[in-house]
Amino acid sequence: MIYLDNSATTKPEPSVLQSFYQASERFFANPSSIHQLGGEAEKLMAKAKEQASELLNVHRDEIVFTSGGTEGNNLAIKGIALEHQGRGRHIITTAVEHSSVDEAFKGLEQLGFDVTYISVDENGVISAEELNDAIRDDTILISMMHVNNELGSIQPVEEVGQIAKQYPKLFFHVDHVQGVGKVPLELTDSGIDLCTISGHKIHGLKGTGLLYVKKGTVLYPLFHGGNQEQALRSGTENLAGSVSLVKALRLIKEREHAGIKHMYMLQRILRKKLSEMDGVEVNTPEDAAPHIINISVPGLKPEVIIHTLGERDIYISTKSACSSKQTDESKILTACGHGTDRSTSALRISLAYDTTEEEIHIFLDALAEAIDQLKAVLE
Amino acid sequence: MQYDHILIRYGEMALKGKNRKHFIVQLQNNLKQQLKAFPKTKVKRTQGRMFVLLNGHDPEPVMEKCSNVFGIQSLSLAIKIQNDEADIKEAALWALKNSVNVHTFKVSVKRIDKTFPIRSQDMNQVLGRHLLSNTTGYTVDVHQPDLELNVEIRTEATYITSNVVPGLGGLPVGSSGKTLLMLSGGIDSPVAGFMAMKRGVEIEAIHFHSPPFTSERAKQKVLDLAEKLTRYGNKIRVHIVPFTKLQQHIFREMPENYAMTIMRRMMLRISEQVCKQESILSMTTGESLGQVASQTMESMNTINEVTNYPVLRPLVAMDKDDIIRISRNIDTYDISIRPFEDCCTIFVPKSPKTRPSREKVNEFELQTDFTGLIEEAVNGIEVITLSGKPDADTEFDDLL
Repeated sequence: MIYLDNSATTKPEPSVLQSFYQASERFFANPSSIHQLGGEAEKLMAKAKEQASELLNVHRDEIVFTSGGTEGNNLAIKGIALEHQGRGRHIITTAVEHSSVDEAFKGLEQLGFDVTYISVDENGVISAEELNDAIRDDTILISMMHVNNELGSIQPVEEVGQIAKQYPKLFFHVDHVQGVGKVPLELTDSGIDLCTISGHKIHGLKGTGLLYVKKGTVLYPLFHGGNQEQALRSGTENLAGSVSLVKALRLIKEREHAGIKHMYMLQRILRKKLSEMDGVEVNTPEDAAPHIINISVPGLKPEVIIHTLGERDIYISTKSACSSKQTDESKILTACGHGTDRSTSALRISLAYDTTEEEIHIFLDALAEAIDQLKAVLE
Repeated sequence: MQYDHILIRYGEMALKGKNRKHFIVQLQNNLKQQLKAFPKTKVKRTQGRMFVLLNGHDPEPVMEKCSNVFGIQSLSLAIKIQNDEADIKEAALWALKNSVNVHTFKVSVKRIDKTFPIRSQDMNQVLGRHLLSNTTGYTVDVHQPDLELNVEIRTEATYITSNVVPGLGGLPVGSSGKTLLMLSGGIDSPVAGFMAMKRGVEIEAIHFHSPPFTSERAKQKVLDLAEKLTRYGNKIRVHIVPFTKLQQHIFREMPENYAMTIMRRMMLRISEQVCKQESILSMTTGESLGQVASQTMESMNTINEVTNYPVLRPLVAMDKDDIIRISRNIDTYDISIRPFEDCCTIFVPKSPKTRPSREKVNEFELQTDFTGLIEEAVNGIEVITLSGKPDADTEFDDLL
């Protein structure tokens, strides 16, 4: 099997699964229970949080464990909007967000919030200046992704962070789900108030994630109840899940330096070979994150290519998995200014640290063959 | 160029006459102890001050560790250079360029080595001119500068220091003997311990544990609190007293409104025995006047009757708000508010006597012989040593 759909999800690391299993078995008690078993569970929870905060270079109390990227994004966006709407009801995001951000903003729009969507250039990148101009007196939130999930484009979040710092009344949220382990992001002094991380994109498990909430940032919770997680996310803690997430995060951070270099090497090979391939357009910009390369094969239905490759046990995807069941058109590519032929024929190849050069060559040969074969049929 | 030293100034201690040497050696040892995690660092003494040689370690984390050590008036990062005009100019320029948020500066030269050819006043001018002509955007302000560059030309070398960070003050822990801190798990007692440590006192702790009325987690809470305090001194031994039998006996046999007073007298008696065994000369409590029933003047008088060891009460004149502020600063507040029952909250009588009298309490205590129970409690003490080492907790390493 050659798995090149790592931006949709990754294969869990065996030792992470092991941790989940062991923690579930040994520390099944509710950390809020006052008996001895609860005490041990609480201690493990505290330790997990401490390690997460050390890995991210933040304070322990700034970590909120969640069920993943979608929850983290929703908690950050709706949490700020609902809590601080008294100050203003203007919120800012970009035209190329993941659906969990985009739909949250649409939902708030229906509740009467005023939303500005910042447009992107042909590389899928916003202009920090344009964003700065969009800030008003009643703006309370800027939310944007760090690395685009379809194209791999890197947004200028550091620059926007410095802008956000100038406006003490507004909060800045970064969807860092595609950036962890691929494009390092420093949170200290960054101007970032909230930052979403997901477990299953870094060889952790589905249903795990965390939201960084900078000290002093008040959110309206999505879940009310027993006031777990600093009262920002009620519900019995998913201790084993949180432990597995922290382990996955540690393993990624340990391999980050070499891993990023390796993926850039693979990406260069892909870019070179794909741009030489007949009928293939490379959509991912030159200075993108290392793990994604997005292409279009105008004239061919992407789904057909996926299935042809699937027969040979090679797995890639059409645009983002979270939206690929709707229409074929990529909202992101359209936002970059591409025509319908290109935006409806996009394919995404996404890498992991363990992807090998050999796998890349096998994939490239198989893709070239598939395109030839399909073109012959269609002509 | 890089900061290679931390300069440590110890104000009050320098005044302490004959004991001076003793204080300084203690401070040096405490610094060495705290810097064990940075194996290449060296702590050196010279006339009237101390230096930590970084030997390649990052300055910031070492600074942070040092700033938790009592007995330090202030600290500064320093560069050591030769007594040479050109070298001094170069280093001063580097220090100015590497400081953040600085617009105005001032140079203060102290020439201790009188063989150095340029006099202090003249050297001020020389350096000021050099800095101004090699940079843009800075101005000199001799009254309220953002940055004061101190240049000390000593016999052995020249030291350039910039921004002065205040230390915790006080005296080096261990220079004023040892006390037994009665640690309940509440907000006050760790703060009392901190204040005692500030005056140079080394600490052992005692905790009264009454399972099943108090849980393992209440005990853990106390250990976590003691662990926090190790940051300000060396290791801390915690004496855990099995208190269940004695406590139950008190609440069964003694009049309800006097039970609390008697319980506290028992705690003091047991603590005094521990002090004797361990050659500790005083006890410390987190009592503050008027906070609760047991902390009235009458109560203190009655409870204190059972020992002639000094009972130190560093918080006696402090407001609760001030105590809470300190507990937040020393990071014990969040542990203290964990909601577990402790020995003081479990058997709260409906109407405790706020003005107990010595006569009455002695009369009640004579009705039973407590000697055996006290002895049993003392013999059952478990001692746990907290070293404050960061790698002590490896229990969950395989999971995380």
